[in-house]
Amino acid sequence: MRVSLTVVTALLLSGVALAQDNAARGLEIATEADRRNDGFADSTATLTMTLRNKQGQEVTRAMRNRTLEVDGDGDKSLIIFDDPRDVKGTAFLTFSHKTGDDDQWLYLPALKRVKRISSSNKSGPFMGSEFAYEDLSSQEVEKYTYNYLRDETLDGVETYVIERFAVAKKSGYTREVVWIDKDEYRARQVEYYDRKESRLKTLKLSNYEQYLDKYWRALRMDMENHQTGKSTTLEFDDYVFGNGLTDKDFNRNSLAKAR
Amino acid sequence: MNSTTWVSGLCGALLALAAGPAVAEWSAEIGLEARGFFNDPLFPDQQHSSGSVRLLPSYWHDWDDGDQRFAAELFFRADSADSERTHADLREFYWRRSFSAAELSIGLRRVFWGVTESVHLVDIINQTDFVENIDTEDKLGQPMVHLSLLKDWGTLDFFVMPWFRERTFAGSGGRLRPPVPVDTDNPIYESSAEQNHIDLAVRWSHYIGDYDIGLAHFSGTAREPRFMPSLDDTGSLVIRPFYQQLEQTSLDLQATKGSWLWKVEAVSRRELGSRSTGVVAGFEYTLVGAFGSVIDLGFITEYLFDDRGKTLAIGDNDVALGVRLAFNDVQSTELLAFSAIDLDNGGGFTSVEGSRRLGQNYRLSLEARFFSGLGPEELIFSVRDDDYVELELTRFF
Repeated sequence: MRVSLTVVTALLLSGVALAQDNAARGLEIATEADRRNDGFADSTATLTMTLRNKQGQEVTRAMRNRTLEVDGDGDKSLIIFDDPRDVKGTAFLTFSHKTGDDDQWLYLPALKRVKRISSSNKSGPFMGSEFAYEDLSSQEVEKYTYNYLRDETLDGVETYVIERFAVAKKSGYTREVVWIDKDEYRARQVEYYDRKESRLKTLKLSNYEQYLDKYWRALRMDMENHQTGKSTTLEFDDYVFGNGLTDKDFNRNSLAKAR
Repeated sequence: MNSTTWVSGLCGALLALAAGPAVAEWSAEIGLEARGFFNDPLFPDQQHSSGSVRLLPSYWHDWDDGDQRFAAELFFRADSADSERTHADLREFYWRRSFSAAELSIGLRRVFWGVTESVHLVDIINQTDFVENIDTEDKLGQPMVHLSLLKDWGTLDFFVMPWFRERTFAGSGGRLRPPVPVDTDNPIYESSAEQNHIDLAVRWSHYIGDYDIGLAHFSGTAREPRFMPSLDDTGSLVIRPFYQQLEQTSLDLQATKGSWLWKVEAVSRRELGSRSTGVVAGFEYTLVGAFGSVIDLGFITEYLFDDRGKTLAIGDNDVALGVRLAFNDVQSTELLAFSAIDLDNGGGFTSVEGSRRLGQNYRLSLEARFFSGLGPEELIFSVRDDDYVELELTRFF
């Protein structure tokens, strides 16, 4: 009896130690991936989003994106819509934060109105696509807790597989499983699990290009919704780094004059 | 300016155009609208329904690395029932120069201030194009010199407005009007400078954490006229708009707390020797992913107060309750419905607005407005039978 108790205790303790180990390792991998993106300063890109329904019918969206790295906090970003034409000129300004809600403003060109909007709609679809706002927002290390799961070969690439749990209560997911390649610490695939613990969506990131000899960007993202059969492809073009953007290009004023 | 300096100035401008990469773009929208009224008209000349076409071409041109812009937005409408609603406007027509921490623009512009949904109390720079829509969200282009200073402690805007725009009103063939049409050709001004009165405004706006704040003062000709019964040349009764001088100090504030938006707009006015106060305050709460779907369901509650009373104010002691639905679908389907109820006499106003994209370049919009229980003492008593529904199909280019 005494022996078995000791054994159980030892097993439990090693289990706890292992869990702590895995949490630390998961965080380490996420932190390293984030570190490799440090210092990119700013970037601009054009985006094409292709939305596909279950029957394979497609519609496209066009937009432009500007991002500014902020020391000690999350990035600032501006997204300007070009197409469809009825939302042309509509723009989103986001100040993401490592902790707490992001700040978000929307510009409505027809009314010339800048509206502060709630950023608690993290789980809501972005422009009717399979991407939720939280999938596209700045992926700060602090926004999740982590757990290392295993090493795995994904499509011939050696990866670390970690799971992460959003700190924000309003997240639409219970957990996300992320495949990060060992070479360059680039996310290759993300699986999203809903509140019922069933797999909701899979994101595949591909066509990685390196900029300024350092920063890797996926030029193609494919999001598939397993529950609805719908999918969305996001393609990035004309990535430009070192535009010399400053805070001045990311305020409510610049939101209203973005074209 | 003699012709030589004019020519050299033009050459300079062309050189400036050539200096940086210029970006320019045309776009346009055409809207086909049909309105149907549920009740027989109360006054002669008014119709049961109307058809209308709207054209909105716009153009902008950036140069000097985007530091300079010329922008123009034109507006035309032709209406089958109301000759006053057949009208044109320059919504925007301005030149802007951006400096490192400032912006200067000269020309006609539209500027929106405010945070609430049921009324727009503090929004005063532009005159309302009331014949376009009674929701006061359509605005006429305002001639102005506008300087913005962008500081760490917020944005400071200065406006000098040298020309007053008169409010548009429905003509004799139009619904949604007083018993006799407003005589827009014969306005009365308190100021002897009349339309040439130079209006001034200053506004400080900033955001601090979850709070967005605006403090402003306006000094000039009121955008909202009083009405004076009068006789025209032929001896018939007309209503002439009277534009008084107004000093208005305003505050608009929004606190964004998770799914809750808390909003307040307040104005203190001094006009015709007396001071008055208007307040609208409330919240919008959004339920993300309502009914286990991807739909966002928002609840809006706002309280409206105005101590000028019912004869002069739209909402003097009213509560507005509304819902907003964003379907988050591929067609960006949206619906906003609200009712404003007068707490004194139970009178009500209900508005429903919805829209949905069709294909890539079209949008179908629905709008319906209902009035109920209006008393004869009220400003808008004469529109009691003007409930209507409107459909508009817009093609974007």
